[in-house]
Amino acid sequence: MIRFLANRLLGMAVVLFLVCLFTYVIFFVLSPDPAVQICGKNCTPEAIDQIRANLGLDQPFWQQFWTFLSGLFVGRTYGTGANAVECVAPCLGYSFQSSQPVTGMILQRLPVSATVAIGAAVLWLLAGVSAGLVSAVREGKFTDRFITGLTLTGMSVPNYVLALSLQFLLVVTLGWLPFPQAVPFSEDPLQWFMNFLMPWIVLSIGAAAVYTRLTRANVIETLQENYVRTARAKGLSPGLVWRRHALRPALTPIVTIFGMDFAGLLGGALITETVFGLNGVGKLAADSITKNDQPVIMGVTLLAAFLVVVGNMVVDLLYTAIDPRVRVGSAA
Amino acid sequence: MTGHPLLRVRDLTVGFTTAAGHTDVVKHLAFDLPRGGALGIVGESGSGKSMTSIAIMGLLPKGAKRTGSIELDGRELTTLREREMQAIRGDRIAMVFQDPLSSLNPYYTVGTQIAEAYRSHRTGVTRREARNVAIEAMERVHIRDAARRVDHYPHQFSGGMRQRVMIAMTLSMEPDLIIADEPTTALDVTVQAQILDLLAEIRRDTGAGLILITHDLAVVSEVADQIVVMREGDLVEQGTAERVFCDPQADYTRMLLDAVPRIDDEIGLLRTTSEEDR
Amino acid sequence: MTFTPTELEAEGAAGGEATGDPASSSPPASGRRLVRAFMRDRAAVACAAYILVVVLMALTAPLQVLLSGYGPLEFDQSAVDPNLGGLPLGWGGGIGADHWFGVEPGNGRDIFARIVYGARVSMTIALLATALTSTLGVVFGLIAGYFGGRTDMVISRIMEFLMAFPALIFMIAVLSALPAENRQALLVVVISFFGWPYLARIVRGQTMSLKQREFVESAKASGASSAQIIFKEILPNLSSTIIVMTTLAVPGYVGTEAGLSFLGVGVVPPTPSWGQMIASSVSWYAVDPAYFLFPGAFLFLLVLSFTVLGDRIKKIAESGEARS
Repeated sequence: MIRFLANRLLGMAVVLFLVCLFTYVIFFVLSPDPAVQICGKNCTPEAIDQIRANLGLDQPFWQQFWTFLSGLFVGRTYGTGANAVECVAPCLGYSFQSSQPVTGMILQRLPVSATVAIGAAVLWLLAGVSAGLVSAVREGKFTDRFITGLTLTGMSVPNYVLALSLQFLLVVTLGWLPFPQAVPFSEDPLQWFMNFLMPWIVLSIGAAAVYTRLTRANVIETLQENYVRTARAKGLSPGLVWRRHALRPALTPIVTIFGMDFAGLLGGALITETVFGLNGVGKLAADSITKNDQPVIMGVTLLAAFLVVVGNMVVDLLYTAIDPRVRVGSAA
Repeated sequence: MTGHPLLRVRDLTVGFTTAAGHTDVVKHLAFDLPRGGALGIVGESGSGKSMTSIAIMGLLPKGAKRTGSIELDGRELTTLREREMQAIRGDRIAMVFQDPLSSLNPYYTVGTQIAEAYRSHRTGVTRREARNVAIEAMERVHIRDAARRVDHYPHQFSGGMRQRVMIAMTLSMEPDLIIADEPTTALDVTVQAQILDLLAEIRRDTGAGLILITHDLAVVSEVADQIVVMREGDLVEQGTAERVFCDPQADYTRMLLDAVPRIDDEIGLLRTTSEEDR
Repeated sequence: MTFTPTELEAEGAAGGEATGDPASSSPPASGRRLVRAFMRDRAAVACAAYILVVVLMALTAPLQVLLSGYGPLEFDQSAVDPNLGGLPLGWGGGIGADHWFGVEPGNGRDIFARIVYGARVSMTIALLATALTSTLGVVFGLIAGYFGGRTDMVISRIMEFLMAFPALIFMIAVLSALPAENRQALLVVVISFFGWPYLARIVRGQTMSLKQREFVESAKASGASSAQIIFKEILPNLSSTIIVMTTLAVPGYVGTEAGLSFLGVGVVPPTPSWGQMIASSVSWYAVDPAYFLFPGAFLFLLVLSFTVLGDRIKKIAESGEARS
């Protein structure tokens, strides 16, 4: 078990390192010179050189990358002398446009993204799995075909189209929901909840459709397994056959996919947050794209990669807990 | 009670209707199995032998149609409601399937799966009792260290051991009839002999009737005293094992017998290996 | 993004009797039977028809614009009301004989023309991305599956790495950092770069099992080269898988292009794209819903059509395999 864990951690570190390197190379090669950006309009070549030296931009690539990497673990200082800025670990970079460390900007917005992600995840898991079960039970019947049709539609609606349609229908035309306003939960819980309701729905529809299809396929497949026949041959009641022998094997793979999807969402739902004006990590990324604030975009990318990789690992560990074959296999 | 054979099958027909038309996979099958008797149903794949066993269990897939009569101890099974049939499955008729790995659920310990039938057919069984029943059943199929192995998962057992687990599963309820569908096909030759010996031993000890379904005449010759030969859903030949082997009436049976090279040698070989293993 | 590959695997593994003989594993469904089964399916035919309409629309865009009278980049200040902040004059965002789908608020550009030209952009990018992804996926999948060993290990690791990557956010990051020229070509490259492992993984698996089959063995014995075996023996047997996977990939790419353009890193204005039109309609949706309804509906229906089509083709291919 310990060796398995060490192996996984090592693999995770390698992937994360590669992600860092990959991202850094791309931004190093492609991004406009931050020194020029900082310097502004009335700029002399000397001033640019001065800024470059201050920020270490005149150093070779590997050295800069090393500084960046070590900044992740021990923090780093941007600039020297009176203009020096401290960036504490984990330092994801420094936004010269908003004069703030990227890590802080992200942390500040993480709660909103987490709220969006958790609510949507609960919604799509409940809706997807139950619709999938119903569909599997009624395989081939009208209900099944109806649900399948719905899932195809749900998978096809681009979420911003859905977001705008819902907003137009529920807020503007029917007036069932109030206009979104940024309020903290403690001040006006109802408005707070209403604010998140549409983002939750919009984000969960597509995923719910996919989970419905997965659940349906897995359940139907499991019901054809020989061990389900064995269970019936033992004289177990249909309910018991379902609960014990069909559901558990059918739903286990869904855990894997759920973990990855959820981790991906934690790193910010760009489109949904932007459309609904929610101040989460996704909106931060979208705004930074508009402002061409490269350090922030890079920080969000790294965070998202980190979350996906960690999510992957958590899922693997969970799997060893719920699937006896993996559990013992890894210990051996 | 004694007037009836253990199992009496008459005019059993199983058919499927699909878009392509109607096909009967079992046609007008009839045979008797006396109490404690052992019947071998022999045929190639597609002969309808497995469908026969599934029809007796009442586990036919959706879309299959079953006609004719199946009597267990004089009680007609084809007209029973699903709930009544449930009470018979596992309790009076138990089944051993071909592929022991896929027939065991990988998510539960073998103990849980052996005790499952017992717990669902008897009311008020405690966890501990069920576990003891499982251990006892595992001991009866000669699984060593049963008290420890009872908590292991199917993938921790070898192929032959898994089939022993499957057989143990049928034993917990002391059934009157055990149907074994190709129980040795997925196993090594040496292990095959052990499993056949085990089935014979259980039949001797418990007095349960046995239906052995196989494509392999060598296997039937080990265990069965009555033989039914099937081909494409039809009953080709029926008789005592001795008669069918020594004096086959149908050409098809002769062909099957010829397909087993030097059958006596092979039986002898099987016997010696199994004895050595003891 | 595209979840379909996992699904194909999950559903593809279903079915099949355990007692079945090994010879029953599927040769590819014949083309003619596929077409016949397809024509019986009304939903599939309707979807195919809609896709055809969009393709025709894209192909004949200049012609249609000639008919309707306004180009995609032409401003028509007479169609908007400057006193209302540039809101289109007339009902439904300025729908009328002049502007069939109305005009954009503000500058009065003809929405019909922009939809038609946007179809060009969306279809070109989605289809090119699909073509590139499929080529990469098939080639790498075949190589990994056929040669195995170290080659397979390297390719598999790369695939795992790419699939573990937060693709959408990374695409955005890369595209935002790249210069704006040749944006459409860049979109195709970036989308394909992250897309190919999903097909390659499946092709690899199937190649590995096909490699063991008798006809490959006999080709090998008769002295055929690796290239001959891969292209003449293995590739034809993968055709139904590839067709299904590609059809299922197109809607994902249509959506991805639109999404990226929506976020401002895709197609650059003033070139029209459906996603970008919807993006610019965000600030107007409350007062001029037609502005987002037209591109929204066209986009939704296109993605839906491809999704349904892919789903149906997959079912037909699977049932064909089961029958033969």
